[in-house]
Amino acid sequence: MKSSSGARVAANAEATLAHRISTTLYSKPKLRLRLLLSAPVTWLGLVYIAALLALLVTAFFTVDSFTGNLVPGFSLENFASLFTNALYSTVTFRTIGMALAVTVIDVLLALPIAFYMAKVASPRARGILVISILMPLWASYLVKAYAWRSVLSNVGIFAWLLRPIGLDTPGYSLIGAAITLGYLWLPYVILPIYASLEKVSSNLLEASSDLGARTWSTLRRVVFPLILPGIVAGSIFSFSLTMGDYITINIVGGANQMLGNLVYSNVGVANNLPMAAAIALVPVIIMFGYLSAVRKTGALDNL
Amino acid sequence: MAKSAPAISLKGLTKNFGSLAAVDHLDLEIASGEFFSMLGPSGSGKTTVLRMIAGFDLPSSGTVELDGEDVTSLAPFDRDVNTVFQDYALFGHMSVFENVEYGLKVRKIPKSERKRKVMEVLDTVRLADLAERRPAQLSGGQRQRIALARAIVVDPKVLLLDEPLGALDLKLREQMQIELKQLQRELAITFVFVTHDQEEALTLSDRIAVFNNGKIEQLGTPQELYEIPKSEFVAGFVGTSNIFNEEAALTLFGKRGRFALRPEKVSVSDKKKAGSVQGVVSEVIYLGSFTRLIVDVAGIHIKATVPADVFHRNQTVQINMSSTDLVVL
Repeated sequence: MKSSSGARVAANAEATLAHRISTTLYSKPKLRLRLLLSAPVTWLGLVYIAALLALLVTAFFTVDSFTGNLVPGFSLENFASLFTNALYSTVTFRTIGMALAVTVIDVLLALPIAFYMAKVASPRARGILVISILMPLWASYLVKAYAWRSVLSNVGIFAWLLRPIGLDTPGYSLIGAAITLGYLWLPYVILPIYASLEKVSSNLLEASSDLGARTWSTLRRVVFPLILPGIVAGSIFSFSLTMGDYITINIVGGANQMLGNLVYSNVGVANNLPMAAAIALVPVIIMFGYLSAVRKTGALDNL
Repeated sequence: MAKSAPAISLKGLTKNFGSLAAVDHLDLEIASGEFFSMLGPSGSGKTTVLRMIAGFDLPSSGTVELDGEDVTSLAPFDRDVNTVFQDYALFGHMSVFENVEYGLKVRKIPKSERKRKVMEVLDTVRLADLAERRPAQLSGGQRQRIALARAIVVDPKVLLLDEPLGALDLKLREQMQIELKQLQRELAITFVFVTHDQEEALTLSDRIAVFNNGKIEQLGTPQELYEIPKSEFVAGFVGTSNIFNEEAALTLFGKRGRFALRPEKVSVSDKKKAGSVQGVVSEVIYLGSFTRLIVDVAGIHIKATVPADVFHRNQTVQINMSSTDLVVL
């Protein structure tokens, strides 16, 4: 007894401040957790959620048409004009349509690439493919969009390739914008599908084939259900990134507008921040609906 | 009556991985209705042979015939064989019922008949009450039986089993061995069973092929393999053997050659008898139903099987070995 308490006293005397802090933290897991999370929670709470709330609140404000100043209050005027103004509903549907089209294009392109990477390619070929998929992410978004502007132009590679067979470049149009956006978000769709395909054991494919299923049947009945969460995870990226885009459509979309452009023009040109906030809530609400719908597939665990 | 074609016939079957021959010019015939085991250490080529019969791997050369029909280049879905995988390979996104139904569904069998067949097979493996569960909710033994049910529901001519009991604990494994044997008798289909467990192979099989380095070392009934091993590898791999090299054989028996002798053929006593040699017990290994002794006779270590609690370490004993029990290697 005596010697052990003596040893403890000696240890206490030696204990530095750092020792004491680490001992306290070790014995109080809740305190440890709070300290660990305080910085990120503050960031999330103040900067992220608060900004979204400010957006929500601002959407109910109005603008004094004479002075151009913000008038705080509770008005549904902005939301009413979202529904009554034909421009807003047209652009909303166009934006949703664009997001769907880009998502379909990306998923259709990503599936065979991801399958090849996960199940067919040698480790070396897989490494090269991963790098070549990630590499474009290092280049500036603007540079890539302008690159597509030249690809799609009247003297671009599409026109050069397609005119001899009686077709033509889609030019600066919604189709041009869909192709460009599909290109920009493709890596974000390939990677989650690739990750989910890698988790599908080759044994399962063999078992399916062993039980009499031909290739297509195996893909439909075994592979597809197992990678569906990965596909949905990828589609969340392509869908939400397209919903919020307003630069690509300006560069390669001709005169067409998307929701982002309306937000931009209301902030900049019209000086109507509350209207911009109300428009900006549309994609937020659509994404919220989409995320709630796909939550059940387990896709959110695959992001 | 003409002799019917063997269920499986392999001719000159070879599989090269790079410069390595995993399977090397293998000829083998497996009769219909036989419980046939392929026994060998890992890397001996037995699983590769199984995969070539199933169609997962294509042979580098040679042919695979099923019921006299050459299927060498047919895809797995065109072969009338089914496989029970080592890790079961159950479909995690389907219920037990859907897993078993799978083979029937892709064959486009009507729903009512599917249901009847699936429930029948689930009854056979005693899992009918778990039909709605997911594989993840089942124990190892249950998953094993689902994998079995899924493979037999489509009435294959041949069932391939790739170390199906490897992941189970000992008790369950022994129970499943009995069930497999009974099932094979009931279904009367050919079983090809891959294992590295010699005891399992001896218990279950009508015939065993012992694999080593991509070749069959010896082919025979369990009794033949145990009693008359043809090589040192087989003597050592199937059961336990004393292997006597030329020097030891000359010392102990005055014979020239290499020999194997089973430990249970070595009798140990504390009294001197005619023809006995003297040795010292160097190790006593208790194994439950019996005890293994290692006896040092003039520097040669001899394994013997004796009842428990009779001998102790460093005891001087007399051992008797009959040269008629020796197996020439």
